[in-house]
Amino acid sequence: MTKVLIIAEHDGEKLNSSTAKALTCGLDIGADAVEIAVFGAEGSHGVADQAANLVGVSRVLLLARAENSKPVSAVLAPQIAELAGDYSHVLAPSTTFGKDLMPRVAALLDLPSVTDVMKVISADTFERPIYAGNAIDTVKLPDGISTMIGTARPASFKAAAEGGSASVEAVETNATLPSHSRYVELRQQVSDRPDLQSAAKVVSGGRGVGSSENFAVIFSLADKLGAGAGASRAAVDAGFVPNDMQVGQTGKVIAPDLYIACGISGAIQHLAGIKDAGTIVAINSDADAPIFEVADLGMVGDLFELLPALEKALG
Amino acid sequence: MKILVGIKRVVDYNVRIRVKPDGSGVVTDGVKMSMNPFDEIAVEEALQIKERGECDEIIVISIGAKQSQEQLRTALAMGADRGVHVLVDEQIEPLTASKAILSVAQSEGVDLILLGKQAIDDDNNQTAQMVAALWDRPQATFASELAFTDGKVTAVREVDAGLEVLEVDLPAVISVDLRLNEPRYVKLPDMMKAKKKTIDVKSLEDLGVTSGAGVTSLGVRAPEGRQAGIKVETVEELVKELQARGLVND
Ligand SMILES: Cc1cc2nc3c(=O)[nH]c(=O)nc-3n(C[C@H](O)[C@H](O)[C@H](O)COP(=O)(O)OP(=O)(O)OC[C@H]3O[C@@H](n4cnc5c(N)ncnc54)[C@H](O)[C@@H]3O)c2cc1C
Ligand SMILES: Nc1ncnc2c1ncn2[C@@H]1O[C@H](COP(=O)(O)O)[C@@H](O)[C@H]1O
Repeated sequence: MTKVLIIAEHDGEKLNSSTAKALTCGLDIGADAVEIAVFGAEGSHGVADQAANLVGVSRVLLLARAENSKPVSAVLAPQIAELAGDYSHVLAPSTTFGKDLMPRVAALLDLPSVTDVMKVISADTFERPIYAGNAIDTVKLPDGISTMIGTARPASFKAAAEGGSASVEAVETNATLPSHSRYVELRQQVSDRPDLQSAAKVVSGGRGVGSSENFAVIFSLADKLGAGAGASRAAVDAGFVPNDMQVGQTGKVIAPDLYIACGISGAIQHLAGIKDAGTIVAINSDADAPIFEVADLGMVGDLFELLPALEKALG
Repeated sequence: MKILVGIKRVVDYNVRIRVKPDGSGVVTDGVKMSMNPFDEIAVEEALQIKERGECDEIIVISIGAKQSQEQLRTALAMGADRGVHVLVDEQIEPLTASKAILSVAQSEGVDLILLGKQAIDDDNNQTAQMVAALWDRPQATFASELAFTDGKVTAVREVDAGLEVLEVDLPAVISVDLRLNEPRYVKLPDMMKAKKKTIDVKSLEDLGVTSGAGVTSLGVRAPEGRQAGIKVETVEELVKELQARGLVND
């Protein structure tokens, strides 16, 4: 019997949209049942209810205890390893949360782990990107493996719909939890803009934007479009914007309907993060910038003139 | 403190990757190979810790073909003290690499293992987490800032939501992100000096590691490429094209 367990990602209050995408990957396996595990502080019912509301979920397991209030992999992994025996597949979203967690679970079980599943070929065969997405590898699990452990690439799967009604069951494990790893805090810049990873539209700026102050032109266009705001690594490294805005191989991999790259040259590591975008628009003063090789709509010119003009033309 | 740093030999990040026509992998013949960029950052961090007087010895380890010694030499030229080369000819899985790294870490009695956040060939992002699990020790992945005090490390981690601060006890495994530091350049005299440093060659067998069953590749293909679209001359034209695609309101 194939039975899939999805590890929910959330911030204590809201289920992260990547969970619903990992669920779709789980459903693609064609399992007899797909369940979601929610690890959280005592009284994490809100998140569990949101998970139960996703279409296709058969059951939600709620593992609520004080130690689970923050996502510390060294604490969560032994609990997941204990649950894994009942499942043919255990998947988390391929986010910093899932990537930190699942290899630790796999090693506790002496199993391999499959990072960044982008397509399910069969219950034991999956496609995943390698070399920053410049090649796609089809990998098969070894025969007779007890459980497939891996992460599902959010940009490759549509979020499962809402409107389900699975039951929520409180579950406890006997795992001994370590005290050697302590969560201190999350430093987060609050923004009213749509979340980069689920936004339908994203406007990004690169080194060409020049400074932190100049990023106002990017934010202004993003707000006009109701878009999320992103950046190249060069812009983050230069300190123009915080790291959570980085798009690319080592930043966020996103798939918005519309991606507008401004003052970004189009290095392969950046392109790795936007390969699945619907329409790519590039605004760059250098007509030979590699970004134009992948852009659906390209415009050569100075972003400081074009972006305000574009905003105006949008009415 | 004794530090072990993992070094993987990978296709240089500037190389344009081509998939072999028979789908057996990507072209690596005649292609520039380098130290995984994240591993350079791990070496640099170890050197800075040593220069602050908080570390006595830096050992670098690479598991791979004979040529991996070139990357170990580079790390020795940067300033690492000695190398361990685990000679394997076939591709190995992160789980096997983890066991080899841990075996050396334990026999050397290291307090800290510094690895890259991911190897840019397979983009697995697994090894540090696996070593930590097998060792039953803490992990602090994707670190962009580290501070060491009384047997503890405070790590600032680059996570999707921003920067997470995690405090872990030593010994620990840390995987490094790009913004942790700027690796130093290797000068020619350093390269010469590095020739005198020792590299111990071992086999997986010497380390008591058996290469377990891992995933097998059924074939590699090129991704669906994106084609260059059109160039527009005016913002009005751009808006019209966006409207035609239903991406902005008419
Ligand atoms: C291991 C590794 C991982 C990496 N991961 C990532 C990643 O995840 N994401 C990422 O983005 N990068 C990543 N990089 C870095 C990547 O290789 C590039 O260095 C980076 O993407 C370049 O950023 P950029 O395009 O903003 O800067 P540049 O390449 O400097 O390009 C700036 C562009 O702005 C244009 N410009 C300048 N002024 C104007 C103006 N006034 N109007 C219009 N255009 C203008 C220029 O023509 C130029 O094309 C990684 C690198 C390595 C080695
Ligand atoms: N064969 C190897 N030899 C030495 N270090 C390795 C090897 N494979 C992985 N590592 C280390 O583990 C990190 C993450 O690799 P990976 O989990 O394969 O993405 C790398 O940056 C290296 O520091």
